[in-house]
Amino acid sequence: MVIFASICLIPFILMVTGSFTDNNTVLLNGYSFFPEKWSLEAYRIIFKYPQKILDAYKVTMFVTFAGTSISLAITTLSGYALSRPNFRSRNSIAFFLYFPSLFSGGLIPWYIMMTQVLKLTDSVWALIVPSLVSTFNIFVVRNYIKTSIPLELFESAKIDGASEMTTFIKVIVPLLKPVTATVGLFIALGYWNDWFMSNLFITTTSKYSLQYYLYSMLNSTRVLQELKAMIGDVSIDIDIPTETTKLAMAVVSTGPILFLYPFVQRYFVTGLVIGSIKG
Amino acid sequence: MSNTPRRMRSASLNKRSKLSDLLYDLKHNKALLLMVLPSALHLFVLSYLPMVGIYYAFTNYNYRGGLFGSPFVGFANFKFLFASGTAWRLTANTIFYNLIFIFAGTAFRIAAAIMLSEIIGNLFRRVTQTIMLLPHFVSMVLVGVFAYNILSYETGVINNFLTSIGADKFDFYSTPWIWRLIIPAVDLWKTTGYGTILYLAAILGISNEIYEAAVIDGVTFMQKIRYITLPSLKPTFTILLLMSLGSLIRGQFDLFYQLVGNNGLLFGSTDIIDTYVYRVLRVTPNIGMGSAVGLYQSVVGALMLLGVNYIIRRIEPDNALF
Repeated sequence: MVIFASICLIPFILMVTGSFTDNNTVLLNGYSFFPEKWSLEAYRIIFKYPQKILDAYKVTMFVTFAGTSISLAITTLSGYALSRPNFRSRNSIAFFLYFPSLFSGGLIPWYIMMTQVLKLTDSVWALIVPSLVSTFNIFVVRNYIKTSIPLELFESAKIDGASEMTTFIKVIVPLLKPVTATVGLFIALGYWNDWFMSNLFITTTSKYSLQYYLYSMLNSTRVLQELKAMIGDVSIDIDIPTETTKLAMAVVSTGPILFLYPFVQRYFVTGLVIGSIKG
Repeated sequence: MSNTPRRMRSASLNKRSKLSDLLYDLKHNKALLLMVLPSALHLFVLSYLPMVGIYYAFTNYNYRGGLFGSPFVGFANFKFLFASGTAWRLTANTIFYNLIFIFAGTAFRIAAAIMLSEIIGNLFRRVTQTIMLLPHFVSMVLVGVFAYNILSYETGVINNFLTSIGADKFDFYSTPWIWRLIIPAVDLWKTTGYGTILYLAAILGISNEIYEAAVIDGVTFMQKIRYITLPSLKPTFTILLLMSLGSLIRGQFDLFYQLVGNNGLLFGSTDIIDTYVYRVLRVTPNIGMGSAVGLYQSVVGALMLLGVNYIIRRIEPDNALF
């Protein structure tokens, strides 16, 4: 157990020590846990021109915040409606929402929809819209309401003359806190870690999400290295990001998660058990 | 939410038509219909409408002709994919990796859950679990960075170690077969902690009295696991296993793409349906062919899920998906 836990941890330690290692030491000796020479150079380099990182941070923070808020609103509204026994079409609608998880048109028709019909190319909304609705999350909310909120509560709200919308906002939303915390974190983590939507839809560097910015930095290094190897070691003065700056960038882009993680992980654990299996 | 009352309800529902239900809701439950409208609309535009695009799979798509102006070729794309062996290779790789992920993953998860439940100190258990969950929270991009740091030829930790003991370096990024081990290992690294949660919850749910009675009867540690713990994990195990078998043909694009990327040297042993479709979309555009592979995956995937659901419904109706 201890061994497996340390294997889980090792890459993170390597990342952090690597980012504080002197670049030449890395090139000479490779990465190690106890580098011969420590250095802050990598961080100095990436923060010398912080504009791009700040842009990526801004994009990711906006996408995560807006995406999570909108998605949570949509998810809880649907989950609430589907939990109401007097809503006769609820099972048909639940099936309508579930069917796409069973069968889909595939990546390519979806991509054409996004780019040619909705014209979302190079728009920040292309990073937000695709993952706004998750049927799984809707069902988690629905199941939570069905199992944890007594029907009498709905009835007494009705007797008091509250409309469905008022009941939802005034009575139900406050009681949904545990499940919204969990589902919200699922959604937020998905947005924060996303690189694929940027890869597909974004063409302007300043609109890259953080993870995709990290990815493009790694990728450009590899391409440049291959190019350099191909045309021989002519001293072309391209500014290749060094090994250690890549790691420093990795630390910078993952930092907030590693920092917040210990505080939020219990919501993941309880949430997984709440919504478990019956999707 | 046991299924029995729901079945009874749906039996009575059948007497009313779905349309009259909808008309009823339009009249009496407008607010509820409005509440599900955003989700329904989103899925209609981004999931249902693209299904029209299945037609691409039967065309020789060109951008000038668009969806209905491109020449119709019938099943030619499918014939090519199967005759050239591409479809078989992709299917074999996709299923091969998923089978390893499922079986190795399940074994690791159960073993980890048992060990975690045996840890006495509450604090120690929580710290271990926290560390094991950590990989679940980071992006696949970072996983790719880690893999590169450990495996790269020039600066990787492993090659660094090999040099220091005087052995030859090993070039992981041009050795296809080794990725059949690396990719599952990375998957285990990333998913074990998270996957353990459900099993651990099941174990912690076992009544302590059973264990205490067993201890009084002089049962050994291994017997305890063999005759008490494992049997009580069986329902969780069966359902999770069957559900993952239902997605046997759906690959984990993120994982493969971040580890292998566009490194053509490794495709023979690492190319799965999802990475192929992506390349056909982005690198060597061939919309018709890519849609054909996508459709093939979608149809087989749906059939598998239906089959699995049928089995679950027979053995454990409460857990059936639909």
